[in-house]
Amino acid sequence: MTVVERREIALVDLLDRLLAGGVVITGDITLRIADVDLVRIDLNALISSVNANVPSPWGD
Amino acid sequence: MSGLRYVYAVCHPFGAALQAQLTGVAGDPPRLLNHHGLIAVVSHVPEADFSEEALRAHLEDLDWLAATARAHQQVIDALTAVTTPLPLRMATVFRDDSGVRVMMEEREDDFRRTLDRLEGRVEWGVKVYVETEPEPSARPAPPGRKATSGRDYLRQRRMQTRAHEDQWAKAEELATRLHETLSSRADDATLHAPQNPTLSGAAGRNVLNAAYLVRRDVSEEFVEMVDRTKDDVPGIRVELTGPWAAYSFAGEETTREENAGEGT
Repeated sequence: MTVVERREIALVDLLDRLLAGGVVITGDITLRIADVDLVRIDLNALISSVNANVPSPWGD
Repeated sequence: MSGLRYVYAVCHPFGAALQAQLTGVAGDPPRLLNHHGLIAVVSHVPEADFSEEALRAHLEDLDWLAATARAHQQVIDALTAVTTPLPLRMATVFRDDSGVRVMMEEREDDFRRTLDRLEGRVEWGVKVYVETEPEPSARPAPPGRKATSGRDYLRQRRMQTRAHEDQWAKAEELATRLHETLSSRADDATLHAPQNPTLSGAAGRNVLNAAYLVRRDVSEEFVEMVDRTKDDVPGIRVELTGPWAAYSFAGEETTREENAGEGT
């Protein structure tokens, strides 16, 4: 197989898979991510990433 | 033994050793828990961070989420190098080893079926973006500068809209064609929601965010197919990620149970 250049994996690509993919287990577990409001996580992540160095698109 | 058990993946027994310095989500090296002929890959995590309440709060903290996701991925990645793991949803945490064993017994048939389906396969991610940066001349006149006539302005806006629509139509066509072609070479395909540009930091608008389950031995060909479309249409960008463990194909093949129905 060709060696794919090892760029750092983008967090969004990772979260697409880790928060929405993978086998969902029920039973003796502490919390099911499937039950967590992902929109809220997304929104909070979004807010903090805007607060970081992303300039406002309306600022210039 | 203190702490909770964080389970990354389930896999068939494998001969090779994991990299020695590999650490899991809370810095603890992952261990292999063998039960009923399957392996659960497990590490210890502190209850203070992974109890239901703590976890719920942590999940809204982007830094924590990022660090945990990367640590999780690192373990899955190491497993992918030596076997075909069946990844579990992030933050699947049990009280103790016996809880993990009970789960493995309950899901044994599912696990074996899914492991067989995924065997020797990896996931590739393909995203299509429309570059939305407007040409300098197509931008509305900045405030302060004398506007041309209202009619001129409307004409400019119309042309701009038409150019955008044209670009969208092209992107949609390319994305549809690409998805069909790639699906025909893949054993399975699934679509993720388009990514929010603010979250991804990527330029342009994400119109296709797909994942493909591809045999390792045809992966090179698959990557070449994606590569060939890359420069097909100006203003449209195609991005490839992977190879990933088959995260997006770990659920049951037929029904993608999105509803977390609480029937007790």
